[in-house]
Amino acid sequence: MKGYISSIESFSALDGPGIRSVVFLQGCPLRCFYCHNPETWKTNDGMHLESSEVINRVNRNLKFIQKRGGVTISGGEPTMQIDFLSELLEGFKSSGLHTAVDTSGYVSIEDAEKIVEFTDLFIVDIKHMDNHICQQVTGKSNENMIALLKYLEDKQKKVWLRSVLLPGLTDSEEYISRISSYVRSLSNVERLELLPCHDLAANKYRQMGLNNRFSAYANYDIKTLQKIKTRYIELLGEKVVI
Amino acid sequence: MFKEWQGLNKGPWSETIDVRDFIMSNYTPYDGDESFLHGPSAKTVNLWEKCEDLLKKEANSGGVLSIDTDRVAKINSHEPGFIDRENEVILGLQTDEPLKRGVNLYGGLRMARDACSAYGKTLNPDIDSFFSEHRKTHNDGVFSVYSDEIKLLRKHRLLTGLPDGYGRGRIIGDYRRVALYGVDYLISQKKDDIKHTIEMNEHTIRLREEVYEQIKALEDLKVMALSYGFDLSRPAGNAREAVQWLYLAYLGVVKEQNGAAMSIGRNTAFLDIYVERDLKNKILSEEEAQELIDQFIIKLRMVRELRTPDYNLLFAGDPLWITEVLGGMNLAGNHMVTKTTYRFLNTLSNLGAAPEPNITILWSDKLPESFKKYCSKLSILTSALQYENDDLMRDYYGDDYGIACCVSGMRLGKEMQFFGARCNIAKLLLVALNGGQEELQGVQVLPETTVYPAKLLDYNEVYKRFQDYLDILCKYYVNTMNIIHYMHDKYDYERLELSLHDTDVKRYMAFGIAGLSVLVDSLSAIKHAKVTPIFKDGIIVDFEIDGSYPTYGNDDDRADIIAKEIVELTIKTLKKYKTYRDSEHTLSVLTITSNVEYGKYTGNTPDGRRAKAPFAPGANPFNGRDTSGVIASMNSVCKIPYSACRDGISYTVTLTPTLLGKEEEQRKEILTDLLDGYFQSAGHHMNVNVLHRENLVDAMENPDKYPNLTIRVSGYAVKFNSLTREQQLDVINRTFHGRL
Repeated sequence: MKGYISSIESFSALDGPGIRSVVFLQGCPLRCFYCHNPETWKTNDGMHLESSEVINRVNRNLKFIQKRGGVTISGGEPTMQIDFLSELLEGFKSSGLHTAVDTSGYVSIEDAEKIVEFTDLFIVDIKHMDNHICQQVTGKSNENMIALLKYLEDKQKKVWLRSVLLPGLTDSEEYISRISSYVRSLSNVERLELLPCHDLAANKYRQMGLNNRFSAYANYDIKTLQKIKTRYIELLGEKVVI
Repeated sequence: MFKEWQGLNKGPWSETIDVRDFIMSNYTPYDGDESFLHGPSAKTVNLWEKCEDLLKKEANSGGVLSIDTDRVAKINSHEPGFIDRENEVILGLQTDEPLKRGVNLYGGLRMARDACSAYGKTLNPDIDSFFSEHRKTHNDGVFSVYSDEIKLLRKHRLLTGLPDGYGRGRIIGDYRRVALYGVDYLISQKKDDIKHTIEMNEHTIRLREEVYEQIKALEDLKVMALSYGFDLSRPAGNAREAVQWLYLAYLGVVKEQNGAAMSIGRNTAFLDIYVERDLKNKILSEEEAQELIDQFIIKLRMVRELRTPDYNLLFAGDPLWITEVLGGMNLAGNHMVTKTTYRFLNTLSNLGAAPEPNITILWSDKLPESFKKYCSKLSILTSALQYENDDLMRDYYGDDYGIACCVSGMRLGKEMQFFGARCNIAKLLLVALNGGQEELQGVQVLPETTVYPAKLLDYNEVYKRFQDYLDILCKYYVNTMNIIHYMHDKYDYERLELSLHDTDVKRYMAFGIAGLSVLVDSLSAIKHAKVTPIFKDGIIVDFEIDGSYPTYGNDDDRADIIAKEIVELTIKTLKKYKTYRDSEHTLSVLTITSNVEYGKYTGNTPDGRRAKAPFAPGANPFNGRDTSGVIASMNSVCKIPYSACRDGISYTVTLTPTLLGKEEEQRKEILTDLLDGYFQSAGHHMNVNVLHRENLVDAMENPDKYPNLTIRVSGYAVKFNSLTREQQLDVINRTFHGRL
């Protein structure tokens, strides 16, 4: 079937193990105020491609990605096009590739069941542990995300978690302890990646004529980051990557 | 049978000259990691400190420390020179003082004269008048024969960088022969080679004269070595002698040949045999083994030739291209990584990064993982390595080949090449559209036909025109090369280098193209968008482009296929014309730093590139147009077939460290996988830079903060500080594969 693709990046070392090719799908139900990819928000936008075309495109990179890497499907929120996503993943599995899905967790269990079999790794972005704040940051509740992680633990699927560091929102001592004890409670989490926020997407917002609600936030300095990382490592050990 | 060969496995090599067989019968592959390596010895530290002082002085004196203008540089023109006798383990300098440059005259008097005066010196008037009145040079020879057509193509930069005023280089003596057999044995073999000449004709007479010169050079080499206290008539008896003998043979060559690229070959498995024997006999320690290699490298880093500032515009950073290849596999399927391969790479840690020697890793899928990771680690730290596809080249050159200059493969001691610089095929397209007129000044540089009319450019018509003009250009190009190499053989013959080859040597003639990505994108624009010419005074000077088109560098076959077609067409066309000494035509896609110069002399192109803007280096996609990530960019380059470009396809990639991952261990793995992927996809060559763009910008403004910042450009490495501002900007503006 056909789906809406924002872009295909041939090379990434930051979206799963080894060298990855990354397919960015269109469409996202969330509106995180710090979003770096506002061009992926709309569902029926971008390139309209057959799944086989996308698979062929990525398969051109096989020699680079098959050894230790694979393919990562990101977005947007890739589960917005769940049937297309499922078809892509199934195709990639039959090419012998390691597959990862990069999601906000805003997906029903019913939909998750459609892809779990073809997905080797779920990369889940924990927007916020507090449901009320999560709604303020993203516009949606975090209940789906919590349920998804529970489901993935039951299935014993490998999971990498991500947390975007936002000054005052996700970097306080209280928050760090809270998220850490949650991470510890899940047996299938291999790592927690901390992504410091930055304002490098400001230009994109300008070009798209969007209001950049994030401009008030400055970039982190190295010292502060080091402190945060140290605290995380005390609590979670080697699982933490920044 | 020599006593120096004790403890070595004998074989065909002990009956006749066969260095390859010696290596394969005796070397020890090493599968481990770098943990055995030793730091620099006290002597090395002291010596290198003195050298660094001298190098600083040289940089502060405008790039040339001193010139001996009173002598013609030859193997024995100078008394022995030393840097620091107490701490020097490997001896020998080109002149009587470190970094003092000799003057080579046989390539061309004008070049020598200009080079002296560019640095405030005057060539000794006696030498000047002797060469003006009594001794013709290579340069004189060429210009006495060049036709008006050739001069015009040269003047208007269709043919550029030709070795008609300087030494052609690109010939690699098999320096190992001196260490393995000693000079006397080599002389006796040469004498045997020409003992029986049946018929004396042009060819055999020339050959007999050449071999006579070779023998004389070998005799001179012995005299030079004796002045340092070494008896090169016999083989080297231990590791220290092996390094010393090998270096002296190379030294003899760079004393009297100012060639464009003076590679040193493939020496680590060879030297490792001597080191292993000494270690086994307990007459050498690991520290001493490393010391030998460190000091050898120090000597290579101190080699200098005298060139003009003009030359530096094309080949910036005062390069020698002392290319050494490391690694690779042998035909039996065993890898050729030895402990001395590691020791050689370890000099980058012991002495710091530097452009020379030009360290080239022969990459194979089957190299040990620990070695691959060590190379990746050094690339990430120093950006000083280049990589070439051994699995691809082994089919053509066997398992004992070296690389001349940047990317030119050849069997050591058995093959050589006639270096031919390159022609500007992006400019040729403009000339073809203008009916043979050059686009900047309107000069008729190729035979006249009609100018393309004022209408939409039709792909088939344009391609046909290009093909026709390419044919004419190729004819002139081959003729030009024939003249150059006839004269070089006659007036500036590389007698010592050729004495270290088999007498019956195979020759390549290496042609080159510049501007490939500009031409490909231009043709793609004409094919997939609507391009209309814009005229001024009857000449097409610009283009209006309506619509978008696929560009080379995004793994899009619609554009990439054109690149493949162009190189196949070019080599096929070149092959129509007969070469000097029946040499085999080859083709390279390589520019060194001259991509900036070529761009400067090329008008607006149909891809939208503005006049004078730099080309991309080598086979790289045009700056900023490879937007689909680094693998897509590599996939495009890999579609250029090596079978059509046997003289090499150069690709330079610049990555930011963060792009390779968050942690050091991961970065090594990612870079290793990138290299594996590229070479498994039949890529030929890759320069790897791992750099932050901001650091380069900072280095441009504050050079003192980055005295040793080394970067790889098309085919070699340079100190960033030695580039012109224009070249620095070009490097900074190139596509950095990074990420938000």
